[in-house]
Amino acid sequence: MSKIIVVTSGKGGVGKTTTSASIASGLAKRGHKTCVIDFDVGLRNLDLIMGCERRVVYDFINLINGESKLNQTLIRDKRVKDLYILPASQTRDKDALTKEGVAKVLDELKSEGFEYVVCDSPAGIEAGALMALYFADEAIIVTNPEVSSVRDSDRILGILQSRSKRAEDGGEPVVEHLLITRYDPERVEKGQMLSIDDVSELLSVELIGVIPESKDVLEASNAGMPVILSEDSNAAQAYDDSIARLLGEQRPMRFTQVQKKGLLGRLFG
Amino acid sequence: MGLLDYFRSKPKTASIARQRLELLIAHQHEGGAAPDYLPQMQQDIIEVIRKYVAVSDDAVQINFERTDQCDMLELNVSLGEDDAA
Repeated sequence: MSKIIVVTSGKGGVGKTTTSASIASGLAKRGHKTCVIDFDVGLRNLDLIMGCERRVVYDFINLINGESKLNQTLIRDKRVKDLYILPASQTRDKDALTKEGVAKVLDELKSEGFEYVVCDSPAGIEAGALMALYFADEAIIVTNPEVSSVRDSDRILGILQSRSKRAEDGGEPVVEHLLITRYDPERVEKGQMLSIDDVSELLSVELIGVIPESKDVLEASNAGMPVILSEDSNAAQAYDDSIARLLGEQRPMRFTQVQKKGLLGRLFG
Repeated sequence: MGLLDYFRSKPKTASIARQRLELLIAHQHEGGAAPDYLPQMQQDIIEVIRKYVAVSDDAVQINFERTDQCDMLELNVSLGEDDAA
């Protein structure tokens, strides 16, 4: 039984690809055969974040059009066993993604024994984003504690609830998880940033994790390595906690409180 | 600077953000249900009022609410202070 998870947000630049790469790597590290698909046709980036950009031969659209076979197209990750990457096409048009084509690829992944398929959605609410969420069983809504990101997340939640396959079929709704990224507890304490409670209450979605603002995220992307593999990093540990929760474990939130207070803070706080 | 800031109470932008989003999201949720003639109607009502009183563009607030029993249109007209005229 394979599960399709879409990583989406509406707004761009909030950490969808970073999250897709880390969630997929984390699931595979736990022994689940996982494929992560880049749905951003024309603006492929997942391959860079995963560090496999020089190994791309065929892409998602080739596979849909029958120009390549699944085992020729999937890129096997060199660091994590059981992890495969399906890159987006860099040259084709978004219209090349059809529901029938995507369904065919997802079915083939299912029959190849993939337990998880992580769909990295493009920004926006157009064809590519709609296609990425259409077949989802679960959705990870990536949100920054910032007004435009929260508003866009609310929009994309509405779309999940009305335009996904599950919504159209009238069955069980897509299971929604909120992932807050780039969280800075110090700024929250100073009243300069929306808090976890603010964001989760505004969106009324169950919280799956909070990734702290971290320099390691940029450094990991510089190196082409999912940040979850930089194990000493707070961001990596926060991603690992999120995956544990995704799999049903209970874990307390970490890195959501101010670590140490300065002298003034201790005197007056 | 840090010391001065500590004693000065500034408005907290996070709570402003939350309030703005609460309004926005509530509006977004009813947005699908609210009829799309509302902005035009709001404009027309302002024009009618202006035949009699000088009012500003935001003098008329329209809220649309949908309940199980009925749809409700809440109309607020503020005629403003003397200096608005």
